[in-house]
Amino acid sequence: MSIRSRIVALPACLLLGLTLVCAALVPAPGQAQDTAAGPIQSVLQAHRALIEKSSRKTVGEAIDAITGSGLPQAQSVLESWQAKEMWQRETDGYFFRGREIDRDTVQLYDFDSGADLGPVPDDDLKQLKPNSGVRGLIGAALVRFQLTDPDPEKRRAALDAIARDAEASHLDAIAASIAGETDAAIKAAKERTLRLLTIRFSDVENERLAAIRSFKGDLGVDARAALNPLLATKVLFSPEPPVGNIAHQVSPGGAELSVAEAHAMMVTAGATPALPGAAERKATLIAHIDGGKVGGVPIGQLDTQAARDRAYAALAEAGVVAPFTPGQTEADAVASGRFWAVYDEPSAAITDAAAETLAAISTTVGVNQALDLTLDALSLASIYFLAAIGLAITFGVMGVINMAHGEFIMMGAYTGYVIQQIVPDYTLSILLAIPVAFAVTFAAGVAMERLVIRWLYHRPLETLLATFGISIALQQLAKNIFGTQARPLTAPAWLDGAWALNDVVGISYIRIAIFVLALVFLAIYLWIMNRTRLGLETRAVTQNPKMAGSMGINPDRVNMLTFGLGSGIAGIAGVAIGLFAKVTSELGQDYIVQSFMTVVVGGVGNVWGTLAGATLIGFLQKGIEWLNPSNTLAAQTYMIIFIIIFIQFRPRGIIALKGRAAGD
Amino acid sequence: MNRSFVLRNPSILVFLALLAFFTLAVTALSEGFGVALISTSFVKTLGKTLCLALVAVAMDLVWGYCGILSLGHFAFFGLGGYMIGMWLMYERTRGIVEASLAEAPIPPTPQEVVDAIGNQIFGVVGSSEFPLVWAFADSLVLQLLLVVILPGLLALVFGWLAFRSRVTGVYLSILTQAMTLALSLYLFQNDSGLRGNNGLSGLQNLPGLDAVPQAVVSIWFLWASALALGLGYLLAAWLVSGKFGSVVRGIRDNEARVRFLGYSVESYKLVIFTLTAMIAGIAGALYYPQAGIINPAEIAPIASIYLAVWVAIGGRGRLYGAVIGAVFVSLVSTWFTGGQAPDVNLGFYTVKWVDWWLIVLGLSFVLVTLFAPKGIGGLFDLIAARRGPDRHGDDLGPDQGSLREKEAVE
Repeated sequence: MSIRSRIVALPACLLLGLTLVCAALVPAPGQAQDTAAGPIQSVLQAHRALIEKSSRKTVGEAIDAITGSGLPQAQSVLESWQAKEMWQRETDGYFFRGREIDRDTVQLYDFDSGADLGPVPDDDLKQLKPNSGVRGLIGAALVRFQLTDPDPEKRRAALDAIARDAEASHLDAIAASIAGETDAAIKAAKERTLRLLTIRFSDVENERLAAIRSFKGDLGVDARAALNPLLATKVLFSPEPPVGNIAHQVSPGGAELSVAEAHAMMVTAGATPALPGAAERKATLIAHIDGGKVGGVPIGQLDTQAARDRAYAALAEAGVVAPFTPGQTEADAVASGRFWAVYDEPSAAITDAAAETLAAISTTVGVNQALDLTLDALSLASIYFLAAIGLAITFGVMGVINMAHGEFIMMGAYTGYVIQQIVPDYTLSILLAIPVAFAVTFAAGVAMERLVIRWLYHRPLETLLATFGISIALQQLAKNIFGTQARPLTAPAWLDGAWALNDVVGISYIRIAIFVLALVFLAIYLWIMNRTRLGLETRAVTQNPKMAGSMGINPDRVNMLTFGLGSGIAGIAGVAIGLFAKVTSELGQDYIVQSFMTVVVGGVGNVWGTLAGATLIGFLQKGIEWLNPSNTLAAQTYMIIFIIIFIQFRPRGIIALKGRAAGD
Repeated sequence: MNRSFVLRNPSILVFLALLAFFTLAVTALSEGFGVALISTSFVKTLGKTLCLALVAVAMDLVWGYCGILSLGHFAFFGLGGYMIGMWLMYERTRGIVEASLAEAPIPPTPQEVVDAIGNQIFGVVGSSEFPLVWAFADSLVLQLLLVVILPGLLALVFGWLAFRSRVTGVYLSILTQAMTLALSLYLFQNDSGLRGNNGLSGLQNLPGLDAVPQAVVSIWFLWASALALGLGYLLAAWLVSGKFGSVVRGIRDNEARVRFLGYSVESYKLVIFTLTAMIAGIAGALYYPQAGIINPAEIAPIASIYLAVWVAIGGRGRLYGAVIGAVFVSLVSTWFTGGQAPDVNLGFYTVKWVDWWLIVLGLSFVLVTLFAPKGIGGLFDLIAARRGPDRHGDDLGPDQGSLREKEAVE
């Protein structure tokens, strides 16, 4: 036994000896300072134990000591510590800033002088790895330094960090940093953050009141986030008005306090006996089954509530359970109780001011939300308009129902996708995709008109069916070529992001681009129809093909070109829609019914009607969604029902053609 | 005029005889009652096809005879399915719930049973309360009445609104399509009370008949479907053969002229629209217990368009054409999409029918519309040596199918 232990101990002895020799031979850098530790090193050494065994609960004292030392090096110490760049020499316990060069060597720097102590083998060094809780505390302490950092970006980042996770200690730090702030924008942000922190953490009531009032009409989410907690209440049961900042009296049964909760409160307070529910009484009955009977009632008869009540009454009479009157309800019991909502915030002045400020804010927010909703609705309307304008030409002007219109939209979107595969630059590929998509769908439209539609001009219902056949064929073809998964059509980087007026009103750049595109198309359409030979001929053919023909217009050619134009516009709409929706073979299908609705509601044969229809449908859908935001399916359902009823009153749409062109 | 309408329309007898022969033949070959040459699932497919034929007859009445291209009749079909599905699901769940509650120490009260059923049925949509629409779900008679009444009522209200404002032609088609879309979107919601996109399932199990094998149940439904188709066909044939049918065809060919003759066009249209909706509801109520599941996707507008496709391919304006179209297209579709059709190897590309069938269907549909407006049913004209007038591509008179006076005399 002893021999063995000696053999084991020998290498250990050797190792120890070697280390000692090494330590003696290699002059450890910074050893000169052993005797005279710098000021910050002294502070660190004073709290050495806390720093070594850092835990979120205890380390605060050490951090406070470092920050409170007032030394210029304090910031770099904290930064290194937080970044896990602080190393401790195990022999004497001194701390250094270190950077790992490789697995075994560390480049060390002295904290006090900042002197480079050269690369050192890490045998004697231990890296301090504070956990995330401790790093958070260090970060909070660092804020004081960061708020006065010369780099504006760092100051901004520090403010953001405070906004995310504010603490009472930040209050003084910000207040102290404002005076020296040179950047006007950051100064304003600091002052705003200061006011927010004052509301939350200040002890001086007047300051808080002033801060609260200063946020009247402010749209920031952070302002509401700071004010709302002030109005948090809790509901108490008390026969007399309780002490504290009472908000109002509560009657049970509302959103604030359910009858069951109210009853539970009264039972806890001992003001009313507990009412066992039906399930509880059933459990009691089961527990008291005695030889096939409960309270004298055979089990087989317990299949009605009345029989169960009888059995329970019998048990109560026998004194086994607490008595219970079947007719009594919780609502009766709570009717006699008085309930109060009491603010968590003790000061009535504060809560009044907060309520007043929030009311003012909510008015402003309401106005801005209406504005935001209007923007959303406009954007939706422009999407519907884009999808429908091609249809307004083929259906509205030519009277041809093209069920494959949606598939032309899809074709345009896929064209954009294919071009992005070939041309990697997003801006260029989108600019290229628009004319190419027009060309592709124009060709498809002309081919369809030549091959199918012109044989069916006198049979509109059959056009519907034939084009539907083409539509399912095209859809399946797209599925076969591109697969069923969605393909991305990526917008160029300059279309990313959103234009935000304030925290409430904002709209993405893609939607603005689509809105502009819709306006451009409106202009192009008006120009073609009113200012070009094709438009003139189209209008003539629409009104009377035979007369137009006798005037030297070739109706076949005009129909072909008009149909191609409508299809081509659908292709461009496809590129636009593909930018924000996933490109799948069902892309067009999702828009086809809405597009027809737009044209029908607006009035056939008039682009202003299509515009009005798209606007009506866009605003209507957003309006219904606003009333019931959780349910877009219901919004669509109600919108369609509205349209069906709308058609009752204006069967020819909002803008109806009059005279001969109206046909009939 | 003394001859009965059956004698005036010999095609009815032929059709009924064929239907009876088909039903008996399938029964004799089935697993449940015969020599087990036809699998139960195929018997169900045939039974479902008969239901589709029935709704196609309804579609033919409203489109081929009255000229209203309704894109909403599959919605009525689905509503019928939902109505019967509610009862099937309720009763079957009750059976399960009662069996599990019977093991409890004390017997359940009626309220407890209802609560447990609600929990079972609506658990998937995070609810346990019975919505109002399930008020009659425990009564077979009432739900069977609703199969007819609900689609009829919806068609009546919608038709009244649409016809009185003189919405016709393609506008009406789009409007009916919008109605269908609204209905299916509504049913897709979880809080519509019909289990959202989960739909109703397990409908193939008849409550209280767990002991009867599906092989037998499938034959029962085949008979019921055949009976419904036969009766529906008779009713439709009777309707279109009399004066009523003449007025309805007149509306199709020239609505304004019929109105000027003093007929109340709106009433005729409304009767046809509502009646066909009811027939569609019955067809749906027979279809979905065979399919086993119904969900809102079945009601989507595309289904109604397919219905129009069947009728067009089979041949509009003749009842047997609608039946032929529905049977032919749906069976061929099943064959192609079921993966039974052999792939065609072209050397450079292998045509998989599962992928290419819809393209073939779509294009063949275009071809039928262009070159054979009479559909498959038109082939029977060749047998009867009845030729349409060759007008060299000119307009076909007041409306497509009708003959001009001179041609009619010839």
